[in-house]
Amino acid sequence: MAVAEIKTTTPPTGFAEFWFYFSRNKGAVIGLAIFLIILVLAIFAPIVTPHSPSIQNRDVLLLPPALATGGQWTYLLGTDAVGRDILSRLIYGARFSLFIGLVVVTISVISGVLVGLIAGYFRGRTDTIIMRVMDIILAFPSLLLALVLVAVLGPGLVNAMIAISLVNLPHFVRLTRAAVMSERTKDYVIASRVAGAGTMRLMFLTILPNCLAPLIVQATLAFSAAILDAAALGFLGMGAQPPTPEWGTMLAEAREFIQRAWWVVTFPGLAILITVLAINLMGDGLRDALDPKLKRS
Amino acid sequence: MLRFIFGRLAVLIPTFIGVSIIAFSFIRLLPGDPVMLMSGERVMSPERHAQLMADLGLDRPVYIQYFDYLVNLLHGDFGSSIVTKRAVLDDFLQLFPATIELSLCAIILAVALGVPAGVLAAVKRGTWLDQSLMGTALIGYSMPIFWWGLLLVIFFSGYLGWTPVSGRISLMYFFPQVTGFMLIDSLISGQAGAFKSAVTYLILPTIVLATVPLAVIARQTRSAMLEVLGEDYVRTARSKGLSPFRVIGVHALRNALIPVVTTIGLQVGVLLAGAILTETIFSWPGIGKWMVDSVFKRDYQVVQGGLMLIAAVIMVINLIVDVLYGFINPRIRH
Repeated sequence: MAVAEIKTTTPPTGFAEFWFYFSRNKGAVIGLAIFLIILVLAIFAPIVTPHSPSIQNRDVLLLPPALATGGQWTYLLGTDAVGRDILSRLIYGARFSLFIGLVVVTISVISGVLVGLIAGYFRGRTDTIIMRVMDIILAFPSLLLALVLVAVLGPGLVNAMIAISLVNLPHFVRLTRAAVMSERTKDYVIASRVAGAGTMRLMFLTILPNCLAPLIVQATLAFSAAILDAAALGFLGMGAQPPTPEWGTMLAEAREFIQRAWWVVTFPGLAILITVLAINLMGDGLRDALDPKLKRS
Repeated sequence: MLRFIFGRLAVLIPTFIGVSIIAFSFIRLLPGDPVMLMSGERVMSPERHAQLMADLGLDRPVYIQYFDYLVNLLHGDFGSSIVTKRAVLDDFLQLFPATIELSLCAIILAVALGVPAGVLAAVKRGTWLDQSLMGTALIGYSMPIFWWGLLLVIFFSGYLGWTPVSGRISLMYFFPQVTGFMLIDSLISGQAGAFKSAVTYLILPTIVLATVPLAVIARQTRSAMLEVLGEDYVRTARSKGLSPFRVIGVHALRNALIPVVTTIGLQVGVLLAGAILTETIFSWPGIGKWMVDSVFKRDYQVVQGGLMLIAAVIMVINLIVDVLYGFINPRIRH
């Protein structure tokens, strides 16, 4: 228990302080717990799933969930129209959704922060051009732009992720730019410049770490938004293609059974809702913990 | 004020040009060329292909083609559908009222429920009421609306049989489309039951489309109210002995509404994105469904024109919101 000893002998670390504020928000802790459960299930999907997500059992087509009349305990959440176990498909689907969220956030954070940093640091013409381009992206409804981009690139998971990343980009650029502009003229930055720090050092080591708080909150929101958008594209038939067990794609396949088999429609959507809700709960907690304005109140 | 409006208009011009470049290049990024897209599966001789390319002016340099495109746009020519041969602008104008009607009803519902919910949560801060209201708002904010729509259809249309599944009005009714707004047209027609029918068709799509904006407005109203309730002038109003209702409703809410108005304005893009999903689920004949259908039919002329028109609408609405905001909050003008 070396970790515990260190904690008692040193003043609270940044993480300890963060956890103090984060854990005061009960919803955020619940969100974190649910998210971790989903994450573990997704990682160990081949071990924890009772069935294969792709094997079709012709004996049990559209079997209701275990608790409903006619259900079987071996198929806890029932089966779909071609006899695949819904629970197993949902667990595998978590892999896709979390992966999509991670990739989209990584791409849009890295490129958005870079572009925003350049715009906010250099200002002038560079800034104007960058911001106009972002305005252009924002002039389209995000889902429509993503839909059209996927239509150009060709339907599929990878192209959906690229499209959603691009649609998310302006938010990170604007946020980084605003944060950089307010930090740029502060004394510590000027002191660092006077001390001879180069442009790169000033941008990445002096200014950027002080702009991170709002970016982390925005990244959490973008993570959940990416899962929703990818599911929406899947639902419209432009995201992951069948038989991929992606949640939105599963919903699209289930639409025709809406009157006969409520469970094929209900559970994939519930999985999306729970995952997105858990991430948003965490996002609220992060905002409370990282926003100094709220801390004082 | 005029200077402020013109300043905003000046910023719109480069954005408009940028949007037109995107819409213009979109169709050229697709594999194949427009002539091949039009011919589809049919085989075409190279001479015929070259002839058609020349007829359509596609053999000229790209920048001249773009310039032509821009001139056409400014003349109101947004191209025409490959499938139906109808002008994109005509289709747009015919379908747009359906989307406006749905979006307006949704935003009215979202404001009518979201603002009081936010005020109530702020006034009762920390109580179970606050927590349950904000918990519900977060669920709404996290909702995959395409699934939410399906659930409502299963329950209200399938199980209870209260509402129809798709369309704008029962096929029993037929009357001229005067305004394009079904609620108004059905009233004008004077046919018994027509208005009621239109309402039942509108109700589920409205709820689905309103869900996310409602949640956002409720959350935003709460935090704006919390900020304002701590201000000195609210304390002054209280100490003057004004009724709590007057303090909250008149003194606090009016100032809290400034950021909320911006939020409502920002929901326009969200609404149009939501309209794509909502209209698809309920077969609502608006521009969202039109765009999705055109993408699937590979009717790229329509997609191109639609992109341009929708972006133009959003830019104009954002401009109006900006100007309104400058009107409410004079500080922003300078």
